[in-house]
Amino acid sequence: MEAAALGGGFGDAPVDSARAFRAVMRAMARPGTVEAVAGAAPPAPMSVAAGVAVLVLCDTGTPVHLAGGHDTRALRDWIGFHTGAPVVADRGAAMFALGRWEALSPLDGYAVGEPEFPDRSATLIVEMDRLEPYGARLTGPGIKGSAALSLPEVAAFQGNAARFPLGLDFLLCCGDRLAGLPRSTRVEAG
Amino acid sequence: MLERDVFMKFESENVTAYNFAYLDEQTKRMIRRAILKALAIPGYQVPFASREMPMPYGWGTGGVQVSAACLMPEDTLKVIDQGADDTTNAVSIRKFFEKTAGVATTEETARASVIQTRHRIPETPLTDEQILVYQVPIPEPLRFLEPSEVETRKMHALEEYGLMHVKLYEDISRHGAIATAYAYPVKVAGRYVMDPSPIPKFDNPKLGDCPAIQIFGAGREQRIYALPPWTQVVSLDFEDHPFEASKAEADCALCGAGDSYLDEVIVDDEGGRMFVCSDTDYCRARRAAGHVGAQGAPEGVA
Repeated sequence: MEAAALGGGFGDAPVDSARAFRAVMRAMARPGTVEAVAGAAPPAPMSVAAGVAVLVLCDTGTPVHLAGGHDTRALRDWIGFHTGAPVVADRGAAMFALGRWEALSPLDGYAVGEPEFPDRSATLIVEMDRLEPYGARLTGPGIKGSAALSLPEVAAFQGNAARFPLGLDFLLCCGDRLAGLPRSTRVEAG
Repeated sequence: MLERDVFMKFESENVTAYNFAYLDEQTKRMIRRAILKALAIPGYQVPFASREMPMPYGWGTGGVQVSAACLMPEDTLKVIDQGADDTTNAVSIRKFFEKTAGVATTEETARASVIQTRHRIPETPLTDEQILVYQVPIPEPLRFLEPSEVETRKMHALEEYGLMHVKLYEDISRHGAIATAYAYPVKVAGRYVMDPSPIPKFDNPKLGDCPAIQIFGAGREQRIYALPPWTQVVSLDFEDHPFEASKAEADCALCGAGDSYLDEVIVDDEGGRMFVCSDTDYCRARRAAGHVGAQGAPEGVA
């Protein structure tokens, strides 16, 4: 393990993760709103926001799948040291999957939950080049009227929402900002 | 440093030997993951590994665990028990978080960022900066109709809620109206039937299209569920027997409010009674603003 893997975690874990969780929760509760987070400095190519999400949510009980260019030695070491989460190659076994949209797609193969336990589903942490409040039109719980968000595509999210209450939930990350897109959100081309 | 000196140092810095907000970090992560799934599937009960808390089940252990996982140092916490800030349960939980999280506390609804509640929604409208945490005794709305968890899970999975309508119909056939007065079942975002915890049905209309995040924690039953802001929440009813948010037909005897939920207080052995606001902060604020009810003394008069 490189020494670099030991740095970049929360300075004061209980308090930093409490503040970060508030931002993540607000993002998931209000699809389309973008929240800023801080406290993590993960190795490239992982964004600060994705690093924060991993530190707040992952531990030894949550298998993580690293997709495409995110499956690096440095990231495996960093996640392993700071969270203890097992990194799995099988996306179906993952509770969290991390990577760029092209690497994570297509969305089949991830756990979408069972009819009696729809919560047993994966959360995808998507690295984005931009995250802006325009583009696809979002409606559903957490949204007053409608919201807009620059999604990488529309059809995949429509398919995901159509399976409700089964489905995947997304944390879209760009730099130190993130937005949530739960399965309950209906997506239309903007 | 001697152990005593360490303790003195902690005391002098006004921090305790507890982790921030009492729970260990791994427990908080587990609860936080459950909260996110609960928000993603509004009204669905997410199982979680509820912990032993330093208070008995039935005293709000579910709400306390959700609050502990949500609180941050900048928060201002309000705790109410049936609308009151000054009952034993509310005072104890407030003190618990003052001590273990060092957060500010308040009795004023408008000043709170996190509100933990037992069986009421505050009268003052909530804002999008607030989180309302409910203490829940029995999270399963179908439990008294079907005792088996295996069966009720299947009923939720199949969206098979006919039994609940039969129950409400039996109310009508027996009493002439839907007699359910609290824990009145609701349908969330057109999918899951949910128990809103034992709030009076007077509060049901406040559940839907609410700007605040609402999270429900059941400690003994190990379930967390949630309503994101602006979620459609419909109280179950029939076209010819529409839902009615009822309250005692009186005004508050202390502040004169005609729009707030009232508690009946027995005042003597002769059957004498008075009705007062269940929401103590709402009543206090109204009296401070000069409103006086039929039996109320103006502020400052003993």
